[in-house]
Amino acid sequence: MKSDTHAAAAAHHHPDQHAHGSLSTYLLGFVLSVVLTAVPFWLVMSGELGNKQVTALVIMGFAVVQIVVHMIYFLHMNTSSENGWTMMALIFTIVMVVIALSGSLWVMHHLTANMMPVHEMSGMK
Amino acid sequence: MTISVKPQQTGEPLFYLADEHPHPEGWSTSLGFWIYLMSDCLIFAILFATYGVLGANYAAGPAPKDLFDLNLVAINTSMLLLSSITYGFAMLTMQQGRIKATQAWLAITGLFGLAFIGIELTEFAHMIHEGATPQRSAFLSSFFTLVGTHGLHVSFGLIWLVTLMIQVWRFGLIEANQRRLMCLSMFWHFLDVVWIGVFTFVYLMGMLR
Repeated sequence: MKSDTHAAAAAHHHPDQHAHGSLSTYLLGFVLSVVLTAVPFWLVMSGELGNKQVTALVIMGFAVVQIVVHMIYFLHMNTSSENGWTMMALIFTIVMVVIALSGSLWVMHHLTANMMPVHEMSGMK
Repeated sequence: MTISVKPQQTGEPLFYLADEHPHPEGWSTSLGFWIYLMSDCLIFAILFATYGVLGANYAAGPAPKDLFDLNLVAINTSMLLLSSITYGFAMLTMQQGRIKATQAWLAITGLFGLAFIGIELTEFAHMIHEGATPQRSAFLSSFFTLVGTHGLHVSFGLIWLVTLMIQVWRFGLIEANQRRLMCLSMFWHFLDVVWIGVFTFVYLMGMLR
C-alpha cells in the first residue's frame, strides 16, 4: 500500500516543462496567421464581395479561425496539458464570453429598438 | 489528488494522505497564469460588449470611416504578428539554452512591440488632433477604452520583457527564468489573440458600417 501511494505520487507528475512547439509549428502558425489576416483586410479594402453583411460574416469567420490557429500553434493549447484543467478554464471562459457578448448585444438592441423616442429614431441607422 | 482505496481483505493497515505531498517550486504556475489570462479575457469580453453596444452612437461626431486608416492598422497588425513569431523563436532558443540568441530574439520582440505602441499612439494623437477625443461620443469613449486597454497590456508586457531580459542577463537561463519567460510568452501570444478581435470587430467592421 505504501508503495502504491508512492507510485500514485510519481504518476501525478509535475509538469513544469511544457510542450513549447517546434520551429516548424511556429512557422506554420505564422504563415496561416498572415494569410488569415491578409484576406480579411483585402476583402474590406477592395470591397470584393460587394455585400457588406456577407463581408462582415466572412471576416468574422476568418477571425475565429485565426484565434484557433493562435491557440494551437502559439499558445500550444491541447486537451492534456495540466490534466485538462487549462482546457476546462478555456471552455468556461468561452461560455462566459459568449454570454457577455451575445447577451449585451441582444438586450441592448431590443432596448434601443423599443425605448428610443420616435423623433430620435430617425437619427439612428 | 484522490487516492482510490480498495477494500482490504488482508488486514493490512490503511494509509490516508492527511496532508498534501510537497510540490516542487512553480509546479502549478502555468495553470495559475492561464487562469489569470482567462480573467483578462473576460475583461476584454466586457469591453468588446460595451463597444458593440455603444459603437454606433456617434453623437453627430466622426464615424469609423472618417477616422480609421486601414493601411496603418494593417502595418500595426503585422508588427504584433511579427513580435509573436520572434517571441516563439526566443522560446525555441531558450529551450536550447542559448542565452545570447534568446536575448537577441527578446530584444527584437521588444522592438516590434515598441513599434506597435508607437503606431497606436500616433493614431490616437492624430484622432485627438482632429477633435475625435474620448469625450466626443459614446463610440469614441468605448473605442479608446477597448483599444487603449489592449495598448496598456502591450506596454506592461514590454516593461515585463525588459525586466526578464535583465533577469536573464544577471542569472542566466535558470529554471525560474525559464518559467517567467514561459508566462510572458503566454501573455504576449494572448495579446495577439485579443488583437485579432480588435482589428476585425473594431477596425474592419467599422469600415463596413
